Amino acid sequence: MTGNGWFQILLYFGVILLITKPMGVYLYRVFERKSTWLDPVLRPIERLIYRACGIEEKKEMKWTEYGVAMLVFSAASLLLLYLIERVQLWLPWNPQKLANVAPDLAWNTAVSFTTNTNWQSYTPESTMSYLTQMAGLAYHNFASAAVGIALAVAVIRGVARKESSTIGNFWVDATRAFLWALLPFSLVGALFLVSQGVVQNLHPYTNASLLESQVIEKQNPDGVVKKETITSQVIAQGPVASQEAIKMYGTNGGGFFNANSAHPFENPTPLSNFFQMCLIFAIPSGLTYTLGRMTGSQRHGWAVWSAMAVLFLVGVVVAYSAEARGNPLLAGVNSRASDTQPGGNMEGKEVRFGIADSALFTTVTTDASCGAVNNMHDSLTPIAGMVPLINIMLGEVIFGGVGAGLYGALVFVILAVFIAGLMVGRTPEYLGKKIESFDVKMAVLAILITSVTILIFSAIAVVSKFGVAGISNPGAHGLSQVLYAYTSSVGNNGSAFAGLNANTLWYNTTLGVAMLLGRFFMIIPILAIAGSLAAKKQVPESLGTFPVTGPLFTVLLISVVLIVGALTFFPALSLGPILEHLLMNAGKAF
Amino acid sequence: MKNHLIVAMKFTLITTLLFGLVYPLAVTGLSHLLFPKQANGSLIEKNGQILGSRLIGQPFTSDKYFHSRPSAAGSGYDATASSGSNLGPTNQQLVDRVKQDVAKLQQENPGVAIPADLVTTSGSGLDPDISPAAAEFQIPRIARARGIHVETLRPLVARHTQQRQWGILGEARVNVLELNLDLDASSPVKQ
Repeated sequence: MTGNGWFQILLYFGVILLITKPMGVYLYRVFERKSTWLDPVLRPIERLIYRACGIEEKKEMKWTEYGVAMLVFSAASLLLLYLIERVQLWLPWNPQKLANVAPDLAWNTAVSFTTNTNWQSYTPESTMSYLTQMAGLAYHNFASAAVGIALAVAVIRGVARKESSTIGNFWVDATRAFLWALLPFSLVGALFLVSQGVVQNLHPYTNASLLESQVIEKQNPDGVVKKETITSQVIAQGPVASQEAIKMYGTNGGGFFNANSAHPFENPTPLSNFFQMCLIFAIPSGLTYTLGRMTGSQRHGWAVWSAMAVLFLVGVVVAYSAEARGNPLLAGVNSRASDTQPGGNMEGKEVRFGIADSALFTTVTTDASCGAVNNMHDSLTPIAGMVPLINIMLGEVIFGGVGAGLYGALVFVILAVFIAGLMVGRTPEYLGKKIESFDVKMAVLAILITSVTILIFSAIAVVSKFGVAGISNPGAHGLSQVLYAYTSSVGNNGSAFAGLNANTLWYNTTLGVAMLLGRFFMIIPILAIAGSLAAKKQVPESLGTFPVTGPLFTVLLISVVLIVGALTFFPALSLGPILEHLLMNAGKAF
Repeated sequence: MKNHLIVAMKFTLITTLLFGLVYPLAVTGLSHLLFPKQANGSLIEKNGQILGSRLIGQPFTSDKYFHSRPSAAGSGYDATASSGSNLGPTNQQLVDRVKQDVAKLQQENPGVAIPADLVTTSGSGLDPDISPAAAEFQIPRIARARGIHVETLRPLVARHTQQRQWGILGEARVNVLELNLDLDASSPVKQ
């Protein structure tokens, strides 16, 4: 660990703190239909979309109708992506003549990008054409993020409105999320990333001649090893920057290249890295302020923000400390950080980022449901690898995905006021709304569906031949790989312990199902809560009301998040990363 | 329901057009206007020949060049197959690979501790950089192979050392391809 490393982490935290209010106010204005300075440009496009699609701008929807509209949009856009993948060979912008994508992989990928997961069972630079990446994958980076923001705003309306049967109009919210919340920042962000060296072109891959030609050993299909001299390097290109910006800003995380944000063409400099991390937390952090503004209790917004901030800081401290220590099994290696070398556990990390920026990125990307990686999580030391795993298991409520983080956090808020209500023996209230049996049932359902899906699928995988076949790291780490895959899918994160060979019928199918369950079976109970809350009367605050502002509430919220997460997953974690940590310290490899 | 289905189809098509085609093509156009070199991959060209990208590492094995880090991309620095090793910390394959590399490097420069980045694979398998310590470690070998003094190499490495961005962000690093190109230009090997 170095002083500079800690300083970078604090600097990042400071920037997030600073952008929370302006971002929150902006989003508030966008979704409360107040004027913004972008209106002269965006308003005509918005009207055009409404006219072309037959959307009635003034119409309000009940939560059920809102949910149906969201589901049919997700289904329609999923189908279009599937089709594009299946016929990409016959479409333009495929200079490498990449083949049509196989059905199970195309299904997995279409689900993955529609659900904002961006799990990737494939190597993009040798699988997806430029058109598929732009109109299929990058498009879904926008669409799934817009859906997430729309839902969060609808849920906040549910909390804020009194005796109302409606929570907004899905099509209007989605359109405004696309145009106001996402587009301007992505456009400027993409250009900034190009300035740092992220590529943006539609050229065929570049052929460069190596400075020193290399002799490599190649194994033929018949098993004979042959020596071959290579004199050139083929460099993959593509429209990367336009996807990169929204990949981070929409907390999607699907890489244009296999190595994701570790690839120098996706993330060329420490500054581009810092910028990408800021993009991840920008909307999720801002939405807590929007929550406060729309519900009229700014202090409640900050109380939720503080709970998230504490959990974030704990994660990054643990991850950085563990990684800086290095891997004790590697003898004869100097792992001490200095001004001339990053030291620590450098397996799977880039020199330009070193340990601090890698540990920070890992924490941020899994606090949010982003899932982009700038280092390979499979090669993290066990305790550092457990940080992203726990972050996702907690439901990605530490800032969380765009929209998804906030509505996920509101589930825990409802549980927290429910538990507080039980303790003081009163009907729980949340910002003047009585929390009743229906609301608590829905909140518990949303939490149960994720943990049940993760644990059952992982259990089947580790006792079946087809599940075990995918494991690439032996010992306790193998369990972590499988656990991580299902956790990441259900949590719609998309990062991986990527050694796991998941491009098989079993994993493509079950991970696809897990992603759908994790997204939509979470959303529907939450929309139901929103509908139920919106319809309720406001009850005046009394002396017996448990306040949802201030440090006491923040501590309660943190405790509920941790207790629910720890109780559910501790047994599995102790057999995976915790056991591996003990074995590693005992000098044992597998 | 039926009404929403029709809206959904129209909405999908029009937003795909706007965000899946117009937006990326606009970014492409603007980047080529503002940052043409970066947009095309920061390529290094000499006499009309493309020697590589300053952002994409190349493999080096000969004693007379600075070596890049070990790579898990394809057969090594395959820029169409970026990848880390994905070996877990307690995987015997990782322990053995590092042990082998350490033994080789110790022969080359006995008694000097080996910087961690020199024996570990990067996340992308295409890392263009090594740490300044890893460059310093290789100086004696290159000096021997080229028959020059180590002190002629140190300023060269210093010239190619990039400090932390703005003095704060990231880590200090040395771009291996640019360093080796400069090495060939300043101390050509006698054939």
